[in-house]
Amino acid sequence: MAQRARPLSPFLHYRWLYTNTLSILHRITGVLLSLGFFLFVYWLAAIAGGSERYSRALDVLGSWPAQIVLFGAAFAFCYHLLNGIRHLFFDAGLGFELATARRSAYATAAGAVVLALVVWWTVRAGLGGAA
Amino acid sequence: MSLRSPLRRATGLGSARGGAGHWYAQRVSAVALVLLGLWMVIALATLGGASHARLVAWLSSPVSSALAVLLVFTAAWHALLGLQVVIEDYVTDKGTRTVVLLAVKFALVAAAVVGVLAVLRIAFGAVA
Repeated sequence: MAQRARPLSPFLHYRWLYTNTLSILHRITGVLLSLGFFLFVYWLAAIAGGSERYSRALDVLGSWPAQIVLFGAAFAFCYHLLNGIRHLFFDAGLGFELATARRSAYATAAGAVVLALVVWWTVRAGLGGAA
Repeated sequence: MSLRSPLRRATGLGSARGGAGHWYAQRVSAVALVLLGLWMVIALATLGGASHARLVAWLSSPVSSALAVLLVFTAAWHALLGLQVVIEDYVTDKGTRTVVLLAVKFALVAAAVVGVLAVLRIAFGAVA
């Protein structure tokens, strides 16, 4: 008797919900932040390189492609920070009730956008804005 | 009766040989980064538009240079642990996976050394 083909992996059976959206965003922002780490080291090395080298680095960081990257990094930082704290609460066994988890999810998403705008705006003034 | 050797029982690391060490290190570095990351972002926001001389003066104070070195080290460590999990999940070919893991490890350690040396140069007054 031919056996019916059974699903081998649950991957395609997940519905697209806020839970897996937030989870994959945590990974994506984590990878982006790892790239942002190299940008941060570049900034530190530029300061250590002297004032001339630093003003040249500010020209690079002030250009519009770099500003887009910096906004992405600001959002990634804020999102990963807020969702990371959310996950630390989960690790401690707190906040698993459906209503609580949903509320913290929306708070994380909205908070990340607002916080990213604030961070980008204030830091932008220092990185290239005033150069 | 257990089939595990006394040494295996004593180390308690199981068949994956890693135990909960990786998971735990990720959380420890996460908690440290909440504090260090917030410190750096608040400092950047208040320093907005600062001259090179002012940045050097700020980074060469003992507290800022210590926190900056800790931030570089912890961020590289946390990134390494996180990227390792992502790579192990998505890169299925064993040879490619090993090469990618090595490349990521080398790049992060190199960047961390450059970052720490930059802060130390500033802290010890090597930057005019």
